Amino acid sequence: MNSEKKDSRLHENKIKYIYGIADNSLILGQRLGELTGHGPTLETDIALTNISLDLFGQVRSYFQYAAQISEKEVTEDDLAFLRTEREYLNVLLVEQPNTDFAYTIGRQFLFDHFHILLMMHLQNSKDDTLVAIAKKSIKEVNYHKRFSSDWIKRLGDGTEESKEKMQTAINDLWRFTDELFHTTEADEEMIKAGVGVDVKTLKETYYKNVSEVLEEATLEIPDLKYFQKGGKDGIHTEHMGFILSDMQYMQRTYPGMKW
Amino acid sequence: MVEEKVHINKELEPILREVPDPEIPVLSIIDLGVVREARLEGKKASVKITPTYSGCPAMDVIGDDIVTALTNAGYQAKVDLILAPAWSTDWITEKGRKALEDYGIAPPMDASADKKALLGEEKLVKCPQCGSKNTHLVSQFGSTACKALFKCDDCQEPFDYFKCLI
Ligand SMILES: [Zn+2]
Repeated sequence: MNSEKKDSRLHENKIKYIYGIADNSLILGQRLGELTGHGPTLETDIALTNISLDLFGQVRSYFQYAAQISEKEVTEDDLAFLRTEREYLNVLLVEQPNTDFAYTIGRQFLFDHFHILLMMHLQNSKDDTLVAIAKKSIKEVNYHKRFSSDWIKRLGDGTEESKEKMQTAINDLWRFTDELFHTTEADEEMIKAGVGVDVKTLKETYYKNVSEVLEEATLEIPDLKYFQKGGKDGIHTEHMGFILSDMQYMQRTYPGMKW
Repeated sequence: MVEEKVHINKELEPILREVPDPEIPVLSIIDLGVVREARLEGKKASVKITPTYSGCPAMDVIGDDIVTALTNAGYQAKVDLILAPAWSTDWITEKGRKALEDYGIAPPMDASADKKALLGEEKLVKCPQCGSKNTHLVSQFGSTACKALFKCDDCQEPFDYFKCLI
């Protein structure tokens, strides 16, 4: 009885832990998907939507796994589309809007550098499925990181206007970066179990890597003391409701619909 | 290059070889390297495939096409998607690379050459139309996630380059 209870809690925490990783890719993928046919040029449009597709592919693997280990009768689609806002555990960074191309690139850049570190460490998890997903994802995220970092340099070290816009975006998005390294109770449980990555230990490398690119891009590294958080506990910014209403529309309107 | 041991049943192989990649129809899924196992017990065929890219929409189609092909050949077919080990462009066979080039897609180069080409450091990607290496990168992401877009500066034709993924 006791061990069963403990097992079931471990299970629940693992599912929450998976949400914490997958929801970032889901919401960022959704944001990038909004740009389909609206990218500033054909090439960037294709690139951003390709990145979106990679992220959705990764999300599917996570949710298929979560659905499989869940004690409830759920499918990957239920997990993606039918949770309430407070049940999504993505960081605030990824839900920020596509204000302009500099914001889109800035958000991508700040996320990609975190994403690659997370995946590199998730490879050492004791959970075989998460290891497989991480190994697969690393290859793709490397391309994402290269793409966003190149654009940071191009825009930062570009014209006066592109530099100013890029700096503004970075300054504005910087306050969402600290949350990437927070852990929830479920995260801590999973770290203890050898399944999860202790993101707190990635922080230093992250800021070092990000700063190197910003320096090369002749951009200033923001000096900020106050950061925003909440997403990991399901407390989102005002943007989240709009994203979900768009994303969940079909499943809510036509329950159980399939392509 | 690490040789991955792949067990593909001899009786099933010719049938699977007839199943093309839906996005690159000249390329058999065997030559693409996504078939990781094909076993036969009596009339029960079980096939394991692995995705090229996580979000590759072709995988569902490939799974369905395998089931159809095997069913038509009189087998009971089951297809599973596996994630590990992750697919690598090294698994595209020589025949597959040739098919890509004939089709107008430059086949993947080794990792270090690939990186140099995609960073624009060296002109290494050969134009599948005229064979010139005087080409330049237009976009790291092409018509699908697995390809980058290049342009030939000699014959002026744009073309896809199959990105290295190892
Ligand atoms: Zn040419």
